[in-house]
Order: sequence, then C-alpha cells, then structure tokens
Amino acid sequence: MDYRISEPVVGPRREDTLPASVTTAVKVVIVGGFGVGKTTLVGSVSEIRPLTTEEIMTQAGAGVDDIAGVERKNETTVAMDFGRITLSDELVLYVFGTPGQQRFWFLWNGLFEGALGAVVLIDTRRLEDSFDVMGRLEERGVPFIVAINAFPDAPTYPASELRQALDIPDGVPVIDCDARERVSSRDGLLTLMRYLHALTTTNPERR
Amino acid sequence: MSDPEQDQHRAWEEGGPERLYVITSGRQVPERHSSLDMVTLIVSRNEPGPGMQPELAAIVRICGYPLSVAELSAYLHLPVSVITVLLTDLLASGHVEARASALTQSLPDVELLEAVMHGLQNL
Ligand SMILES: Nc1nc2c(ncn2[C@@H]2O[C@H](COP(=O)(O)OP(=O)(O)OP(=O)(O)O)[C@@H](O)[C@H]2O)c(=O)[nH]1
Ligand SMILES: [Mg+2]
Repeated sequence: MDYRISEPVVGPRREDTLPASVTTAVKVVIVGGFGVGKTTLVGSVSEIRPLTTEEIMTQAGAGVDDIAGVERKNETTVAMDFGRITLSDELVLYVFGTPGQQRFWFLWNGLFEGALGAVVLIDTRRLEDSFDVMGRLEERGVPFIVAINAFPDAPTYPASELRQALDIPDGVPVIDCDARERVSSRDGLLTLMRYLHALTTTNPERR
Repeated sequence: MSDPEQDQHRAWEEGGPERLYVITSGRQVPERHSSLDMVTLIVSRNEPGPGMQPELAAIVRICGYPLSVAELSAYLHLPVSVITVLLTDLLASGHVEARASALTQSLPDVELLEAVMHGLQNL
C-alpha cells in the first residue's frame, strides 16, 4: 500500500508560497550535456529549494531497443529539476533544468511549448555534447542563447572560434557564466530575455 | 534481485504503472493537453469535499495559494500527466481554478518580456 498521500500532505513551506495576486507564469529551460551545471544554475537563481517534477515518456517505434530493460519496454520516467523566481506581484518565472543522462527528456510534452526560450550550457571540455542539444532546440524552433560554464581546468576558446566550432547561428549570444553564482546565472537569463526582445521587435513574423 | 513480488511492490511505491492506473481510475493519460501547461497556476476555490479521492483532496488542500502544475507534481510525487488528469476533474467540479498563462502564442509579447527583464534586474 502507498500511504504517502494519506499522511499529512507535504506542500510548500509557508515561505515558499506565491502571493495570491500572481496571475501569470512563464518558463525557460536550461539544457546542456551531462554535468554541465544545469541543476546548479537552477538552484542558484531559484528562490525556493529546487523541486523535481517527473513525466512518463512513451517511446513508440524507433529507439525502443535503447531502453530495453525497463519493465514496460516503451515507457520510462524522466525527472527534471526546476526552480522559481517571483518577478512581481503578478508575474512568476519557472526555470527548468533538463536531465543530462536520461535520454528522452526532449520528448517531454509541453516542456518547450510555451517556453520563452532556452539557455544552452556548455562545458568546453565536452563540446560534442552540445551539438545534439542545440539541434533539438532548432528542430522545435525554440530560441536560445549559449552560456559557457567556466570550469577551472576547461580549455578556453575565443568566442568566435567556439561559434564556428559549434556552428552557432549568427546573432545568437554567446556568454561566459558561472552557474554557481546567482548574479552570473541571473545575467544569463537576462541575456536570453534581451535576445528574445530583439527577435520580437525586429522580426515579429518569426516562428 | 528479480523477485517479481518485490519488483511489483517497488513499481507501485515509485509510482509505477499500476499505482498510476488506480489514481486516474484507469483513464488513459492523454498524450497532450490543450489547456494545462506545466506552469499553469492552480488555486483552490473551496475545501476538499468529504470522501474525495485522497490525491484530489491533497491538490485542493495545498493550492490555497497559487501553485504550478509542476509544483503539484513535485509535492505529490506524481507525473505531470497524472496531475493533469486529476486537475481536469477538479476544474470540472469547480474545486480549483486555473490561471492560464499568457504563453503558447508563437512569440512572447514585448510587454511580457519587458516585465520579465525588469523583474530579473531587480533581483
Ligand atoms: N567550477 C565550476 N563548477 C561548476 C559550475 N557549475 C556546476 N559546477 C559543478 O559541476 C558539477 C555538476 O553540476 P550539476 O549542476 O549537477 O550539473 P547538471 O548539468 O545538472 O548535471 P546532470 O543533471 O547530471 O546532467 C557539480 O559538482 C557542480 O558543483 C561552474 O560554473 N563552475
Ligand atoms: Mg542536473
């Protein structure tokens, strides 16, 4: 039996409740390869201790072999960390960090629909991981910026070289970031918003 | 390691297919939902009714202040799609209301982006 729900309900702590006046919620998604600092970034900007949400992924047809071994061959549960920032009395921003090792996060229905955009975190020691991630975003038409998470022993490249190596489209901002720092992570989100703002005001027909 | 009874028990504990089937009264968890997003905010309108299914009562109880669908999923340890099914009932019965977000249009609107930027700058 499962008594979890029958026990006194675990809900948000008092200090984690949103003002009753909040009417609008928006979301952004932090993506990147395994261990690039997605969860760290979510935690550093979030006003609440990051939470974990989950979804059941059903994978039909191609790729079923890849998840052989789970009880139902074509079902797998994917977990995602997220945090929250109350921006005003009416507006709240949710920041979702995709899992690095689970392979089907991009099939999560509704993750990218309605998202303002995405931040692609990059570790220069493992550049190859970022191709796949950026490809998925482009497929879905999700606007993104690129943030290079500065690990101490990671090689540094001039931005132009990275842009070329990773085939980052012109106009997509590339910035340095330290996901452990709240201000640096916040600035990453701001860079994304400025970029979206520019896209919206210069080319309203896009997407 | 592969004691079937144990496996089944574990699947149940972790919200495996059997438990989810019971919670949603066997209804098919829909592939895609029209109106509920992960960040749609849910607010209760009244107290849980007597004899209400525990998962439904739990949602009504913790939504005294707005909570997103994702937060409900996190606090109740249930997948987003299961929460969505439960919310469909609660919305129909009027126990909760949804504050549908200004999302899902193609490009975000400039005023919304400016409000987000303003909020982030003030952090
Ligand atoms: N030096 C440095 N270390 C970082 C930075 N960001 C994260 N780390 C460290 O890198 C490790 C992995 O960070 P996570 O935030 O768990 O990475 P993740 O992308 O969520 O990992 P997965 O979800 O497993 O893919 C942790 O030990 C962090 O402390 C950074 O900006 N600089
Ligand atoms: Mg992580």
